[in-house]
Amino acid sequence: MATAAAQRTARTPADGAPDTVDTAAYQHAFDAAVAADERIEPRDWMPDAYRATLVRQIAQHAHSEIIGMQPEANWITRAPSLRRKAILMAKVQDEAGHGLYLYSAAETLGTSRDELLDKLHAGRQKYSSIFNYPTLTWADVGAIGWLVDGAAITNQVPLCRCSYGPYARAMVRICKEESFHQRQGYELLLALSKGTPEQHAMAQDAVDRWWWPSLMMFGPPDDESQHSAQSMEWKIKRHSNDELRQRFVDICVPQAESLGLTLPDPELRWNEERGQHDFGPIDWTEFWEVLKGNGPCNEQRITQRRRAHDEGAWVREAAAAYAAKHTGDTGETGATRA
Amino acid sequence: MSTTDWPLWEVFVRSRRGLSHTHAGSLHAPDAELALRNARDLYTRRGEGVSIWVVPAAAITASSPDEKDPFFEPAADKPYRHPTFYEIPEGVKHL
Repeated sequence: MATAAAQRTARTPADGAPDTVDTAAYQHAFDAAVAADERIEPRDWMPDAYRATLVRQIAQHAHSEIIGMQPEANWITRAPSLRRKAILMAKVQDEAGHGLYLYSAAETLGTSRDELLDKLHAGRQKYSSIFNYPTLTWADVGAIGWLVDGAAITNQVPLCRCSYGPYARAMVRICKEESFHQRQGYELLLALSKGTPEQHAMAQDAVDRWWWPSLMMFGPPDDESQHSAQSMEWKIKRHSNDELRQRFVDICVPQAESLGLTLPDPELRWNEERGQHDFGPIDWTEFWEVLKGNGPCNEQRITQRRRAHDEGAWVREAAAAYAAKHTGDTGETGATRA
Repeated sequence: MSTTDWPLWEVFVRSRRGLSHTHAGSLHAPDAELALRNARDLYTRRGEGVSIWVVPAAAITASSPDEKDPFFEPAADKPYRHPTFYEIPEGVKHL
């Protein structure tokens, strides 16, 4: 989580200082800390590119949590029982919380929440392409929990050891909460799979649609991944995209069997020699198209996000007016980030 | 105070009676009361706490990482503050 407040307000003297001797010394200390698996904290000197990479990644992560509320919230009013409804509401609320933890972590790097939201709304920062797919049936809520949250967990567990302290601490908290998300999805799919033939078919259809986009969540193949090598050197990332994707496939195959559902890949089979599953080629054209904004729901997601922000303006204004009227100087004593 | 740029608050949570409050994270809120309520919703959704403190972030003064070594240096050459500094003959008990 974000570290002590004051830490984010100040920057080291090295920031913007043209003294190359000092910069070299700071760089050396930074490299040594990373090499020793120590954590970098907000007030420590860090290379500009490291800071920029973290802001980009944490912002994209935060935006994904917030946009990710939409496809699932789509089913809250139509959940088939009060139990399922309460679970789904708790899950969507968690996603909002995860977004806030991550925005806090990003803010420790010297950016502001308003700036991040503006960039999201303007399409200048991305969110995970997975959330541009529609939730067509109730079974999609299960498939998202099992596959999408499952892929997210596979990605996020190593991030708990990320070299940047506030990000790593946010991930610890998120991973703890995430496991309920995956289990509720699995349980939901299992209930459908064991239900009527129609329910079983609905579960299978959802898995068929979400499987490939879930594999794409790990990002492009290693040889096409723009930031991977540098991020691994900085220990922001601990495993390559393809490594994590393979791990996820190997985890899912037996889980699908227990569900009584199949994964939509005719080439999926155990490879004795590798001790891993072989799987078919991923349609990267689709991935890049969705990323560029041409997915089924890109327009809808960002329009809805902007509308929610605009329609919430009066709440923010009222709260600020109330604070100014009743607590006098609170706004000043709790001054904004420098 | 602008309507969107709410002040930042640091949140400390006591997980149960007998333990100290521990830093949990931060959030934005227009005033202390809303900061408390938001902290409850954000950091104690699963019963993680029995008490919360919220502190205006700007009220915290932190030591500088650059001065870390000189700042804490005075303790470094005082090993005699540790019980292991002292040699006691073998067999002496309750010491």
